[in-house]
Amino acid sequence: MEQTASHILEHRDDTASKLGMWLFIFTEILLFGGLFIVYSVYRYKYPVAFHLANHELDKTIGLINTVILLISSMTVAMSVSSIQRGNKKLTITLLSITLLLALIFLVNKYFEWGAKFHHGLYPGSGILHDLSHGDILFFGLYFFMTGLHALHIIIGMTFLAVILVKVKNKRINSGDYVLLENGGLYWHLVDLIWIFLFPLFYLIH
Amino acid sequence: MSEEKQHIVSYKSNALVLIALLCLTMLTVAITSVELGPWNVTAAMLIASLKVGIVLTYFMHLKFEHVILRMMVIMVVLVFTALIIITFFDYLYR
Repeated sequence: MEQTASHILEHRDDTASKLGMWLFIFTEILLFGGLFIVYSVYRYKYPVAFHLANHELDKTIGLINTVILLISSMTVAMSVSSIQRGNKKLTITLLSITLLLALIFLVNKYFEWGAKFHHGLYPGSGILHDLSHGDILFFGLYFFMTGLHALHIIIGMTFLAVILVKVKNKRINSGDYVLLENGGLYWHLVDLIWIFLFPLFYLIH
Repeated sequence: MSEEKQHIVSYKSNALVLIALLCLTMLTVAITSVELGPWNVTAAMLIASLKVGIVLTYFMHLKFEHVILRMMVIMVVLVFTALIIITFFDYLYR
């Protein structure tokens, strides 16, 4: 009887779990996709203002954050490989590195936004209000899109932290690791969005 | 599930994917620092799309997933492309 119960408890469908995660990722892609279209349309309508406002952004800090996110994506991908091989310790180490990199990303973002705020550039500020329509749109989109992305980083960190605890408790192991795979997928999505955000806001002039 | 063969990506290939992504990032920075007019945007977006393709294929394991999943991703990309084209037809010929 007990055996039957535990058998029922273990019943699961990893393919379906992953499919569900992908469906959620599709909604996220279209959410950010819509914002990218808004950005493109306004860029097309206000080319000069977007060109000038772009110079206000710190290219270096954007590049550093890009490198950080790419590395963290690799560590998550590696953590999936290591759990498949049953290496719990390495999985925990790789997930911890990912969380640390995510934290560094947010600290950089804090300093980047802090500098903007210091110069009086924040949504609804008096200085921004006196600038042209195109500038207001550029900074509005910049704060909204990078802010929404940062929110995704925080959600991803929470997700990965839960996964880390579950790996520690052996709830996630070499026989059942679909949650880690899904957490990884979410983290890669955050990376995907940044791959487009970085050139659009920081590089193209 | 057990009949499905799980594919373990080696640490080495993960590292190689990262190196490729970092090289493409540097290439984007280099290209956009040169004045090429409208080609800057085109080049940056092409490289970004290539990077996204690499992340989807290798980091997100699409290469090793069921064909249905891959077709779904392609569908979403097509829907999004259609959305961009329709929006810009609207704005360009308004």
